[in-house]
Amino acid sequence: MSTATATTGAGRDGVAAPPLPAPTPDRPVGTGRGRARLAPLGIGVVGLWLSVVVLLPLAALTATALGDGVTGLWSAVTAPTALAALRVTVGVAAGVALVNAVMGTLIAWVLVRDEFRGKRVVDALIDLPFALPTIVASIVLLSLYGPNSPVHLQLNATRPGLMVALAFVTLPFVVRSVQPVLIEAERDVEEAAASLGAGSWTIFRRVVLPTLAPALISGTGLAFARAIGEYGSVVLIGGNIPGRTQVASQYIQQQIEVDRPLNAAAVSVALLGIAFATLFLLRLLAGRGRRREASA
Amino acid sequence: MITVTGARKAYGSFAALDGVSIDIPAGSLTALLGPSGSGKSTLLRSIAGLEDLDEGRVVIGGEDVTQVPPQKRGIGFVFQHYAAFKHMTVRDNVSFGLRIRRRPRAEIARKVDELLEIVGLDGFQHRYPAQLSGGQRQRMALARALAVDPQVLLLDEPFGALDAKVRADLRRWLRRLHDEVHVTTVLVTHDQEEALDVSDQIAVLNAGRIEQVGTPDELYEQPATDFVMSFLGAVASLDGALVRPHDIQLEREPAGAVRTRGTAQVRARVERVVRLGFEVRVELLAEGSGDRFAAQLTRAVAQRLALRPGEVVRAWAPVHDEARPLPSTAGVAV
Repeated sequence: MSTATATTGAGRDGVAAPPLPAPTPDRPVGTGRGRARLAPLGIGVVGLWLSVVVLLPLAALTATALGDGVTGLWSAVTAPTALAALRVTVGVAAGVALVNAVMGTLIAWVLVRDEFRGKRVVDALIDLPFALPTIVASIVLLSLYGPNSPVHLQLNATRPGLMVALAFVTLPFVVRSVQPVLIEAERDVEEAAASLGAGSWTIFRRVVLPTLAPALISGTGLAFARAIGEYGSVVLIGGNIPGRTQVASQYIQQQIEVDRPLNAAAVSVALLGIAFATLFLLRLLAGRGRRREASA
Repeated sequence: MITVTGARKAYGSFAALDGVSIDIPAGSLTALLGPSGSGKSTLLRSIAGLEDLDEGRVVIGGEDVTQVPPQKRGIGFVFQHYAAFKHMTVRDNVSFGLRIRRRPRAEIARKVDELLEIVGLDGFQHRYPAQLSGGQRQRMALARALAVDPQVLLLDEPFGALDAKVRADLRRWLRRLHDEVHVTTVLVTHDQEEALDVSDQIAVLNAGRIEQVGTPDELYEQPATDFVMSFLGAVASLDGALVRPHDIQLEREPAGAVRTRGTAQVRARVERVVRLGFEVRVELLAEGSGDRFAAQLTRAVAQRLALRPGEVVRAWAPVHDEARPLPSTAGVAV
């Protein structure tokens, strides 16, 4: 507890008081000065970069969305088609995130604990959806589940189709966050639980899962955040049917095309808000878990 | 009572257990002692059921448990690195086994309080393992293992991760605890001092086999092999025989050496005389073989001899009849 507070305190001081104390004579002068100069410079560069790339565009977007005032923003977001698109987006993204939580954990488990031929290939495959341009993912899925489906399974322009596309691109998030925790996990903890009478399922639920929880929550949250903003992978297979399979990003694209930038900006701000809330919640949960594990 | 018969376990071509049989009397504290890779941990884990034997049987309390999973063997197991449930408080850690067994809440509370008092952790109920010291964590792990009333308590290098002072305190505390609870206990250690300090019976393992089983006194006084002799207590090599440094006698009459039966003797040059409080260590260089060894004298003897570096003396010591070097262990003995 005391260490945790001490570290945050020190970190805050470091930011609040840029000029570091003068290097003491016995310390190598070169590195001391270099560090003293670099700190304010580093903070300046980071601040500038974040402003140009992230903060200013977001501010500009918000300003555009507020072109007709707060009521204008509100009515644009609550317009039936806009609201429907947001609902579909959040609903499907949440569903995909949950599926990912289960399947991602299972995949990570198999990759860490089981030995089988071609394990390294499978391990490398996990990152493929990440490396692939999302539009390619859309074409790949369309060729399998599209109108000329070789497996006679047509999913284009349906919600399951949407989910498959989103599950495809968000696959790595849970796997890659849970995997290192599983590798690090001490097997003797599971053996201890077994010696105390716990069966496999109880060991998983009461001992393994709580250890995985922070990584699992964070991976699921990231998958969700990615899914609500996804465009490329759903554009071909989604079908863009308002109220059914039209997601928010497609709605935004549509509003831009029909020259209603205010509506587009308003829904964008709504997405931004949801993404921000998700990430904020994640930090909160992660921080709570970490405090408990690493105090003292 | 634990009986292991003909236990064999191989990892690939490495034989961790190469035909081990041992009886562990009920209520005793037995130490499995050996260097790393000797198979002592594998033997303990096989008793627990955490390792499956390739061959052999394990009987606990009259019941053959060779095919029984660890959950049903009635054991308590303590690991070197505590294996604490980090996300649970001390109370939840200790009560884990009881909650699995769905015992009434009041019974669990009473039992946990009782155990925390025994291990000296009352007042720490609501702490998390990360908020405890290493010694406290291990005592918590011990309380957790004892909570389910195990038939046998198995400890795998339980003090190995602690520093020397805490280790010595904790093992004496374990001995007192054992005298109170009387549960059959098996302790794995590579530390001969720890084994001599706490156990009723010691089994010395080497290369997957048991070298000797006996009380600490028996093992020290009548080691069955050179390996046991060199593993328990200090040894010096005198004319090719292993002897204890405190059994070596020094005489200042190098010329008239007489060889008596049952002794090893050698002419040696004094290199250094070191005072260690009550004892005096004389470092010697054997003439001829060029072996270096040390003799341990009491202060009185050392004062009477008043040895100086460079002097040549006759060093001799009685040789244990029991110490018969085995061909397989001769190379290991250092």
